[in-house]
Amino acid sequence: MSRLSQQVVTLKIDGRDVGARSNETILEVAHENDINIPSLCSVEGLSVVGSCRLCLVEVRGTSELVSACSTYVREGMDIVTHSERLSHYRQTILSLFFSERNHLCAVCVSNNHCELQGQAQALGLSHVEVAYRYPQLPVDASHERFVIDHNRCILCTRCVRVCDEIERAHTWDVAGRGVQALVITDLNEPWGSSETCTSCGKCVQVCPTGALFEKGKAVAEMSRRRRFLPYLAKTKEKSS
Amino acid sequence: MMPEELTELAHKEQTDAQQWQHQIHVCTATGCLSAQSDQVYTALTREVRDRGMDKTCRVKGVGCLGLCSAGPLVQVNPAGTLYQHVQVDDVPELVQSLKHSPVERLVCSTDIPFFQQQVKIVLANAGNIDPERIEEYLAVDGYQGLLQAVTEMTPSEVISEVIHSGLRGRGGAGYPTGLKWTTVAKADSHQKYVICNADEGDPGAFMDRNILESDPHCIIEGMAIAGYAVGATQGYIYVRSEYPLAIKRLRNALRRAERLGVIGNNIFESAFRFQIDVRLGAGAFVCGEETALIASIEGRRGNPRPRPPYPAEAGLWGQPTLINNVETLANIPAILRNGGGWFATIGSSQSTGTKVFALTGKVNHGGLIEVPMGMSLRSIVFDIGGGIPNELAFKAMQTGGPSGGCIPETHLDMPTEYETLNQIGSIMGSGGIIIMDETSSMVDVARFYMEFCQDESCGKCVPCRVGTAQLATLLTKIAEGMATPEDLILLEELCDVVKHTSLCGLGQSAPNPVLSTLRFFRHEYLAHIRQ
Ligand SMILES: Cc1cc2nc3c(=O)[nH]c(=O)nc-3n(C[C@H](O)[C@H](O)[C@H](O)COP(=O)(O)O)c2cc1C
Ligand code: SF4
Repeated sequence: MSRLSQQVVTLKIDGRDVGARSNETILEVAHENDINIPSLCSVEGLSVVGSCRLCLVEVRGTSELVSACSTYVREGMDIVTHSERLSHYRQTILSLFFSERNHLCAVCVSNNHCELQGQAQALGLSHVEVAYRYPQLPVDASHERFVIDHNRCILCTRCVRVCDEIERAHTWDVAGRGVQALVITDLNEPWGSSETCTSCGKCVQVCPTGALFEKGKAVAEMSRRRRFLPYLAKTKEKSS
Repeated sequence: MMPEELTELAHKEQTDAQQWQHQIHVCTATGCLSAQSDQVYTALTREVRDRGMDKTCRVKGVGCLGLCSAGPLVQVNPAGTLYQHVQVDDVPELVQSLKHSPVERLVCSTDIPFFQQQVKIVLANAGNIDPERIEEYLAVDGYQGLLQAVTEMTPSEVISEVIHSGLRGRGGAGYPTGLKWTTVAKADSHQKYVICNADEGDPGAFMDRNILESDPHCIIEGMAIAGYAVGATQGYIYVRSEYPLAIKRLRNALRRAERLGVIGNNIFESAFRFQIDVRLGAGAFVCGEETALIASIEGRRGNPRPRPPYPAEAGLWGQPTLINNVETLANIPAILRNGGGWFATIGSSQSTGTKVFALTGKVNHGGLIEVPMGMSLRSIVFDIGGGIPNELAFKAMQTGGPSGGCIPETHLDMPTEYETLNQIGSIMGSGGIIIMDETSSMVDVARFYMEFCQDESCGKCVPCRVGTAQLATLLTKIAEGMATPEDLILLEELCDVVKHTSLCGLGQSAPNPVLSTLRFFRHEYLAHIRQ
């Protein structure tokens, strides 16, 4: 593998010729070249899960769509990041996100700072065609500084990953399957009584929506600081 | 163990078997056990002993005898008389009859297409040998394929045979087995793994369970041959914990195989070593998906991950891993013994060999069947299955479970092949076949499978997690007569999105039952829609 990772490749993204290393993903190369591919689960510095499916792109010559975050570039690839088909899929995927839980932007701490909302605006999602599911979900405010509101969680697992991979606490995980899935702390105990949580707040900083927030924030007041992540990830790489 | 010892043990067992005037085979696979065949077995053993016949007559627990719907099944050999629905009360009469003519009222004719038109490779030993005794497996040339591979062939010669056989994966997708083995063999690593996927989770499917219960050693032998071919030293069998009997027999078989030295270190005095461990699944359907299965063996939550990298390149603990289905591996010993060329003559050109199906639903003869590939679907329903009971009309044949589709009468003359089934909107799948008659509602069928997928979705990616839930809601609305024409359009649109954007095979194929029933039974949907 190491021999291959040195390779330099050229490929096309949206008709533009770009150069890259073969150990870079389509998403990374696109961003380097200021080509925007929407995504919600991926964060620089954390492992890739490929779960939000927004970054699906077309590769000319193949029929299947691939997730840009998990696919490495190859010599001669011809990638299309925007098409009518893709934008229809992305809009539908976003509607599914909105329909799943209770995203009431007007009363949300993250209003105007929310990545889900941002993607909806960017992708021109004007209405949700599928039925809202309106589940009854809890809010856990037992932690002294933070709150988790499951009604706004999109299960991107950024919190799970940052806690495990950077803070190394592994307080968060996912319990349950399908639409019953929830992020949990420890063995599904109240966050406030968690014995592993270091209260570092990294999970709150990476949350794309209003699901995780600091106590005392009012509507639209919760903005996030994320710059620290790539730096921490690098330090972690060096030390391990 | 020395190669000669293997032959010696086999001979001894064959000679011993000839001593018996009568051998009474009682099916002790889960199907017949659920009809209390264990009590029949005990009663037969006692009766034979009480009559002082235990020197000439042996009562033996065997694996699946096939016609599960007529269980408990008992077969008297060498005459081959098959008895159906045998109860404890029938036992004295049955034993008594050994000296005279068969008990007519219990006889199940084996002169029917159900028995006559089957071709058995995978199930050759099922119903014939006692799965708890390794000697009986040896007596039917067991472990000869492994012996041949290890002592006479190079790994690449073994792979050549498998390529030559044309064998394709029986886990559902039909990926060429030889090609998969080649990829793992070529991967460069000091540690590789072989995994047997026994997580069988399709509703109505019990092929793999019955293979494990009836002939566990053929899986062990198949895995060891695979290990030799690809350069692996460790194997795992991932079995769902809902299969306690299969697990028990498998563990027992592994212990016997280890004790005999056909797995372990220095197999047949060679440098080849191979070990197998059993891992249990906890009941999630998605854990049958290969990357989820691997995560589960590693002790993590059984979530799929995007491929590539495929397991052949980076699988268990990041190492090259060969993952094959139970039935795929069960074909391997026979291919090694008889040659890939022999296997390729059975079945059709692109789909060689046989396929095991669990035939259930509205058919006269239900059970576990093995037919040559290429047999027409009609033959499966009307010859093997003996047609539809109660003089009702056939409506649809469901193959491939929640990832497959419903095939109507008009397409029944198609041959059973991977490609043809795909063309008509279904899949070969792992082998569950459910026959439906005119009383079944296709909307209900689609809804059943969608609710299954909604329940079994791991929840990782949104198109499958929320998409299947939305689709299930829409199908319920349609089934209850509350849907509008717009709902039908939305249903089709969502199917397209879920199919093309989901992360793993579960989500990607979840819309198939809906799409196929829409294709062939659209009028049933329309009849439910409010205009
Ligand atoms: C949701 C899902 C469930 C699956 N379940 C099984 C299973 O129970 N048994 C199985 O052999 N393969 C199953 N598969 C297919 C496996 O991922 C894999 O392709 C197969 O084990 C490969 O073996 P083969 O090449 O011998 O067919 C499943 C796939 C998906 C997407
Ligand atoms: S398609 Fe379904 S089962 Fe597969 S990863 Fe996505 S949510 Fe999980």
